[in-house]
Amino acid sequence: MEYTFEGQAKKNTFILMGVGVLLLILGSVFFMMGDHAHDDHHGIGQRIWVSIFVSGFFFFGVSLAALFFLAVQYAAEAGWGVVFKRVMEGVASYLPIGSITLLVVFAAGSLHLHHIYHWMDPELYDVNSEHYDALIAHKKPYLNQIFWWLRTLAYLAAYFLFFRWFMKSSLNEDSPLENEKRFFTKNQTMAAIFLVIFGYTSTTFSWDWIMSIDTHWFSTIFGWYIFSGMWISGMVMITLLTIYLKSKGLMDFVNDSHMHDIGKWVFGVSFLWTYLFFCQFMLYWYSNIPEEITYFKARIDDYTWIFWGTMVINFIFPMLLLMSKDAKRNAGFMVFTGCIIFFGHWLDVFMIVSPGAMGPNGTVGLIEIGTFIAFLGLFLFVVLGALTKRPLLVKHHPFVQESLHHHIN
Amino acid sequence: MSKAIYALYDDDDIMVSGAKAILAKNVKIKDVYSPFPIHGLENVLGIKWTRLAINAFLYGITALALALLGMSYFMIQDWPMNIGGKPSFALYQNLPAFIPVTFEFTVLCAAHGMAITYLIRNWTLPGVKARNPHPRTTDDHFAIEIDWEENSGIDSEEIKSILQETKPVEIFEK
Repeated sequence: MEYTFEGQAKKNTFILMGVGVLLLILGSVFFMMGDHAHDDHHGIGQRIWVSIFVSGFFFFGVSLAALFFLAVQYAAEAGWGVVFKRVMEGVASYLPIGSITLLVVFAAGSLHLHHIYHWMDPELYDVNSEHYDALIAHKKPYLNQIFWWLRTLAYLAAYFLFFRWFMKSSLNEDSPLENEKRFFTKNQTMAAIFLVIFGYTSTTFSWDWIMSIDTHWFSTIFGWYIFSGMWISGMVMITLLTIYLKSKGLMDFVNDSHMHDIGKWVFGVSFLWTYLFFCQFMLYWYSNIPEEITYFKARIDDYTWIFWGTMVINFIFPMLLLMSKDAKRNAGFMVFTGCIIFFGHWLDVFMIVSPGAMGPNGTVGLIEIGTFIAFLGLFLFVVLGALTKRPLLVKHHPFVQESLHHHIN
Repeated sequence: MSKAIYALYDDDDIMVSGAKAILAKNVKIKDVYSPFPIHGLENVLGIKWTRLAINAFLYGITALALALLGMSYFMIQDWPMNIGGKPSFALYQNLPAFIPVTFEFTVLCAAHGMAITYLIRNWTLPGVKARNPHPRTTDDHFAIEIDWEENSGIDSEEIKSILQETKPVEIFEK
């Protein structure tokens, strides 16, 4: 079973990229004619950088979540999901490009081409400057550019190395293995190490890359919240790609039971996300401490529809639509719900980033939608291209037979 | 005359293939007794999909409504509570504070409702007399139950010989 990526499918990804860039340009032209085009902090440049960061981070998160889930499968000795292994690897293949996108945005921030990271301004740390900010200066031991860049490079390098290792070890599983058990144990050890590293770094990169946008504000559950959003987006992407490949008749070995189980994951992780969203929100809402509630005030006042909308889309939709067994096994239902919550979680990332970076002037307009579509095209181009490079079913994974016979009621 | 005939097995695989062989001869199986759930058995016996999940959903919805109704009465109508300066004029303004309790109450009612429904449906409530035909079906043996009345069209001796062919450890009537 090999997938070939050519003809109409390849053309479609280019069309997506083209349409996205076109919308981006169109949106920029409209924006230039408006009032805010040359605002110091919320002008056209800033808005485009913010939209690139939002979509860039979102798709980076999708691929990182696929790598995470792959590692979970090994660490938990899970048998059922082996049929999805190659799709997970395909989704994870976007990781290098996603990392580069982030690095470009960060480098532009360091060069002061945009102001997503307010704290990168050296004047804030200068006692004699009129822009001196005591609270930010107090965070300097952690939040300074050198240490921040070291951390960023360390995260991305670690993820990249693990990604390469897993991809390479997976290829070995296509030829008969000399010692299946030892091979699996090695994968398991690497997966466990990766999960520990990922567990810590997913929290710290959420602080570094996203929470630092609202520099004064802090939340201890923030890392999990970002992580759960990434995870659900990754699960949806794996599900949608599987359904696509199944519809081409290339993944007939994926049966109803597999789709049911992965549907449960989409359903369950949606609840995890809701739980963390609400955990964070409710405690701040209840205590109502001025320096903490500003974060939500900026969102509820200026981004009312998006703030409550993400909650409804990402919670109510999967809850009601994916509750029953038949819905999870129905490809049409999964595609419909999946597309909605996939977009819902992109909207969630926008809602996290934009108020801090664009102030009250951020909206989901042609620029943001265009960037999303362009990144979607790029993502699909990379992922579908990666799926052609290896058979869609691993041949000699120790659990492949168990997975092929997976059956639940 | 006894009500039913039972075949006792010491292995679940032998019992499942026995059940298939019995059904292939058009003998109806009333029930099967096993100390643990057996994968795929419900498909062999053609048992309908459980409606317990629908029950759970209904209990959950009821609990959700009850919890919200209760709290809007206790905390807003009857004795408006001011906790931490939160407004107490309308349910929707205070909703986030009520969500954890509502959630817990929903889970409580759905879980207990499901468990109680299950016990009533199976009639295995505390103090109810055990209905398993053989004490070892809660230990390490498996039993197939065949009701005489359901199979009145088939000669009882023939049923016995069909059962004998499935290699049970014991056949008894009760």
